[in-house]
Amino acid sequence: MLRVDVTRQLGEFSLEAKFESQGRVTGLFGASGAGKTSLINMIAGLLRPDRGVIALDDEVLDDTSKGVHAPPHRRRIGYVFQDARLFPHLDVRQNLDYGRRMNRLAADPAQHKRITELLDVGHLLDRRPGQLSGGERQRVALGRALLSKPRLLLMDEPLGSLDEGRKEEILPYLVRLRDEGIPMVYVSHDAAELRQLATQIVMLKRGRVTALGGVTVLT
Amino acid sequence: MSEISPAEWTAILLSLRVAVIATLVATPFGIALAWLLARYDFWGKSILDAAVHLPLVLPPVVTGYLLLLTFGRRGLVGAWLADHLGIVFAFRWTGAALACGIMSFPLLVRPIRLSIEAIDRRLEQAASTLGAAPWQVFATVTLPLALPGILAGMVLGFAKAIGEFGATITFVSNIPGETQTISSAIYSLIQTPDGDTAAARLVLISIAIAMGALIASEWFARRATKRLHGN
Repeated sequence: MLRVDVTRQLGEFSLEAKFESQGRVTGLFGASGAGKTSLINMIAGLLRPDRGVIALDDEVLDDTSKGVHAPPHRRRIGYVFQDARLFPHLDVRQNLDYGRRMNRLAADPAQHKRITELLDVGHLLDRRPGQLSGGERQRVALGRALLSKPRLLLMDEPLGSLDEGRKEEILPYLVRLRDEGIPMVYVSHDAAELRQLATQIVMLKRGRVTALGGVTVLT
Repeated sequence: MSEISPAEWTAILLSLRVAVIATLVATPFGIALAWLLARYDFWGKSILDAAVHLPLVLPPVVTGYLLLLTFGRRGLVGAWLADHLGIVFAFRWTGAALACGIMSFPLLVRPIRLSIEAIDRRLEQAASTLGAAPWQVFATVTLPLALPGILAGMVLGFAKAIGEFGATITFVSNIPGETQTISSAIYSLIQTPDGDTAAARLVLISIAIAMGALIASEWFARRATKRLHGN
């Protein structure tokens, strides 16, 4: 369960969001500039709230009244960025392995095999990120986040930088991922995408939560 | 042109030793300083930045004299180092290395700083969400991405160190076998009758070393761009 109750001032823009999510896939819906990315950056620990609480399951990650702030590397929250952000100096294999190495987890060949198959990246392992297409890059970024064994997966418009054809290519992988059961927060401004993926919706407008509920709130 | 004499060899090898040691010792400091200047804003940053570049614009003889005052046998730091650690710089090759290290420091720092500034910080954020602690982010993302810049800086610093003259001769004089580098050997030779051919040989050698360093530095810079684009 994810509990968020935060405020943050960003220049002229103020973000004030409060929601609780039990859903497997929480869809964060809103137009660009609504504060979606700032909000998941706070969940990831990359941005500190001015005031408020963020808690995942029983663990408090941020509580400004008690001065609690867990840094991103201790949160075990995976993050798939819109622009993939693969490490250019590492090949795909090393990119996929990065989270496991940093967390000093034992090698898990079974999981590695399952995820490379699920995302269909087995044939790309020896390539450098510069030699991948946009869709391939995004799949590797997904695999990299998953292999760090996160408790929660944040996805910031993972299809945002792809054209229609590529979106159709990735979407089935995301549906498969959802059915794996790992909790996700999925950011999008595309209602159709969220109808396919999300089990719960948080609607954001100009820095405020305007609706909460099932996918029916998207109409 | 005749053979290189033993005395010339001594000067060449000493120059190489001085420049290599100066570069290797200066590099960790250079990386730390480049990092500080590239990433942080603090009070006195522009003063520190100017101080780093000072050896580039001060007359070398001034830098050498300041070194003599500070690190000479009766200098504030020099006396302490000699008494407590047994390290002596005055009129030793180590002093030449210190002078070369300081004179070449601005050239070492600049490419490193530029390469750290060019790194996409969002990659470092991505690393932290994957569980990398700040020092791991530095070791596995920042440093490897800055590596071509670090190598370019080292090559440029080395080239500057091997040609350094003014500060070195002021600080540690011109003692054959101890502090006489290629530059000071050339200086001595052109003041001796019949020294012209030997001087010309050393001049050609220093041109070759400088050219080699510039070409290597260019090559590292090209690799840096390639590395950042992930090909």
